[in-house]
Amino acid sequence: MVKEIERMGIAVVHVCTVTPISLTVGANRIVPAVAIPHPLGNPKLNAQEEFSLRKKLVEQALEALATPVSEQTVFES
Amino acid sequence: METKRIVLYLNQFFGQIGGEDKADTPPHSVEKAVGPGMGLSALLPKNCTIVGTIICGDGYFNENLEEASAAVRQMLEEFAPDVVIAGPAFNAGRYGMACGMVGKIAHEMGIPAVSGMYPENPGVETYRQYLYIIETGNSAASMRTALPAMAKLAGKLANNEPVGSAAEEGYLSRGIRRNVFVEKRGSERAIEMLLKKLKGEPFETEYPIPHFDRVEPAEAITDLSKAVIALVTSGGIVPKGNPDRIEASSASRYGKYSIEGIDSLTSDSFETAHGGYDPVYANDVPDRVVPVDALRHLEKQGRIGKLFPYFYSTVGNGTSVANAKKYAAEIAQELVNEGVHAVILTST
Repeated sequence: MVKEIERMGIAVVHVCTVTPISLTVGANRIVPAVAIPHPLGNPKLNAQEEFSLRKKLVEQALEALATPVSEQTVFES
Repeated sequence: METKRIVLYLNQFFGQIGGEDKADTPPHSVEKAVGPGMGLSALLPKNCTIVGTIICGDGYFNENLEEASAAVRQMLEEFAPDVVIAGPAFNAGRYGMACGMVGKIAHEMGIPAVSGMYPENPGVETYRQYLYIIETGNSAASMRTALPAMAKLAGKLANNEPVGSAAEEGYLSRGIRRNVFVEKRGSERAIEMLLKKLKGEPFETEYPIPHFDRVEPAEAITDLSKAVIALVTSGGIVPKGNPDRIEASSASRYGKYSIEGIDSLTSDSFETAHGGYDPVYANDVPDRVVPVDALRHLEKQGRIGKLFPYFYSTVGNGTSVANAKKYAAEIAQELVNEGVHAVILTST
């Protein structure tokens, strides 16, 4: 899906936990997520901490979108 | 004949521990055949015995790749098998990735490994060079045909018998070319193939041209504060009640859902339709998969120009690549028409 969206010239960042799959399918901007059933959250945190975590991940994703890349790039935190 | 030791790798489901709620189970082993191992035991050559089964949750393996790999390596050292059999994983992506990694670990230890997967399983593309992957159907319904082929190949590897080509043995091509002597020279074989092709008869190429489908990275967003950002997910978040009836696996459709005036996705109005992960956390807080709350916040702060007023969702669970491509192409066209600059795509 990532590839088809990018094919149309739209910048896309893939936020996912299993980054090797993302690399295999051909995503160019990848941000590693927290866990498979809760990629942008952590049920062990309280609501406020969890929101901060999610916001941080989304900001990382936005940073990735704003970063020029020439090849597949995993944006580690 | 000398007795040969086989070790089996299974996920939590085939290892008979439980479903998605047990996907976070760390690796452990038992000194016997479990699940598909029963069928395999009956199909393996007489001198091959399944001495142990390593079981690990698919979630745990993929989320803790290093720890899981180290634990599996240690168990393999203790069992000291002649051959490792992993799966079959059919079209289960996380399971296929785990089986592939187990095959890679075995490969590094000098132990041959066999798995079984559907060709679209991401484990095939990622790990095919490290192990033999028998081609299976996309669901456990093909267990009956998968096991005999896997057992036959594992038996040959255990007994150091010659292994035939991918087509002969039923495994997916590993991209390895081996020199063989044949009766006819290349020009004759090529002309025969060409004649068959002209007559519309089936023929088999001796060298399939590899097909690399890569897309160039799109240009970076120069000014986020003016950018329209859209959310897309394969994590199956839908309005409560799943109005479009998106299937829990092998989705035949995607949905487009309004988030106009919505500050966060709450459990009152949204849920997940995805059948391939434990839904508890996504149902509790759907923002954990489609982060509307965080993006709204950043929109209000002026970090981004605008959050596109709809999100798109499908279920990426055994969904065919052809369908996923089709949905994304339609979504992308719409996003281009609507002037969206960038997409955050989330996957579970």
